[in-house]
Amino acid sequence: MSDFTPDEMMTIAAARALKTDDVVFVGIGAPSAACNVARLTHAPDITLIYESGTIGTAPSVLPLSIGDGELCETAVTTVAVPEMFRYWLMGGRITVGFLGAAQLDRFGNINTTVIGEYAHPKVRLPGGGGAPEIAASCGEVFITMKQSTRGMVEKIDFMTSFGHGAGGDARRKLGLTTAGPTLLITDLAIWKPDPETKEFTVTSLHPGVTRGEVEAACAWPAQFASELDETPPPTALEIDTLRDLQARSKAAHEGRAA
Amino acid sequence: MAAFVPLAEALGSYLHDGDSVAFEGFTHLIPHAAAHEAIRQGRRDLTLIRMTPDIIYDQMIGMGCARKLVFSYAGNPGVGLLRRLRDAVEKDWPRAIEIEEHSHAAMANAYEAGAAGLPSAFFRGYRGVELATVNPNIKSVTCPFTGEELAAVPAVRPDVAIIHAQRADRRGNVLVEGIVGVQKEAVLAAGRAVVTVEEVVDDVTDVHPNACVLPHWTITAICEVPGGAHPSYAHGYYDRDNAAYLEWDGISADREEFQTWMERHVLGATPDVFAGRVAHLRRRAA
Repeated sequence: MSDFTPDEMMTIAAARALKTDDVVFVGIGAPSAACNVARLTHAPDITLIYESGTIGTAPSVLPLSIGDGELCETAVTTVAVPEMFRYWLMGGRITVGFLGAAQLDRFGNINTTVIGEYAHPKVRLPGGGGAPEIAASCGEVFITMKQSTRGMVEKIDFMTSFGHGAGGDARRKLGLTTAGPTLLITDLAIWKPDPETKEFTVTSLHPGVTRGEVEAACAWPAQFASELDETPPPTALEIDTLRDLQARSKAAHEGRAA
Repeated sequence: MAAFVPLAEALGSYLHDGDSVAFEGFTHLIPHAAAHEAIRQGRRDLTLIRMTPDIIYDQMIGMGCARKLVFSYAGNPGVGLLRRLRDAVEKDWPRAIEIEEHSHAAMANAYEAGAAGLPSAFFRGYRGVELATVNPNIKSVTCPFTGEELAAVPAVRPDVAIIHAQRADRRGNVLVEGIVGVQKEAVLAAGRAVVTVEEVVDDVTDVHPNACVLPHWTITAICEVPGGAHPSYAHGYYDRDNAAYLEWDGISADREEFQTWMERHVLGATPDVFAGRVAHLRRRAA
């Protein structure tokens, strides 16, 4: 399989990181695509939870919002939003939280609130939604985003969701007992936190991607593992599954028959 | 005791300038028809409360109805940012707006505390995050039993809650099905509750013993407005009009285009147009 886009590689690499016994709190966009590709390929028994209250959902098209009707229709059960957050998320029942970011720093701290100053923002973004407590309460957090120097920044403008703070044992000092960000999957590479410093370090380059390209699309000086892997390219099954899902979703969102 | 009244009369009687009001609906059953009625009636200085302000609050803010917004995620779900809200926050157009921002977990807990008649909610949240430094309503308490430090936020107790639901029965009991969000909590937390419904039927209490039913004595007024959630959806009645959410991004991008659209589709319309707007979204099997 050689014909695939960097976006497709990102989604498929993220899908591979999920296991069939995972219970995943799914964000919208790329995380949702990755989680459903996992469910439709190697992880058929994965439990997908969307914050609208749907537990164990199996949509045939990717939802445009986190509360599309099909999520509820295909769910094992649908609970009220206070129960979702109290019993299921903050009750510690989620193994993986899957988040995107507008801005990300090297320690996995996320900004989805504002660009610029909070009181006088240049760009008012949607805000944290479920993310602050997803980042704190899930067993571990996977982050997926396209690389750019605007997105992967030296210092985020606002700490919407706590990753590893200033690094090291910052989470433990705050009383957080969960692992926090353990994986960053971009359109160029797979990154994992250094065991000591917790700084994200490139462990695998996607096929055809160079170190220089990763460095050019990241505003902090990127660190690379001493033994760097190459991400296996998408299999035919993976790429077909993703493209089918996206075609069905696009048709459905535009109001056409799938 | 729930009164069955036309939507214009319900909002005219129970939503006043300066009120705090929650038009709730977590990505489902969003009370669009009621929000449009509030805009037509020219309500001003409202404190708008909602976990997920989307198109209706974008419209109300763009039309100058709101003084303050209390929220946890302000976006057009799956599409992008709320452009009228951005214009108000970034450029004070059409007026400056005060914001009180929380996380979903905080708002959900705050509604539940409101429904329970408690003054505040405690939960394990906001650790290490910056909202706590910009929102003075985020504080902490120490658990008297374990010593654990927990986040505390005040309960949400709106003057008015406005929701859309599938059905009411003739006594005024209201059934909510599907993604139920925080609507039950919002109604129980509020001083008054106005509910628009798809239809009025003989009985809603025979659906299922654990169904989400709001007893008639918890509701102030009920208005039958078929299609009243459009472009949101009503589980079992019609699907979400995703194309309309995508279109809103363009309409809301420009002040003049926004105003023209609002004049045509809101100011110059009545609640009975909603039934026609969902006709193509009803399932063929239904």
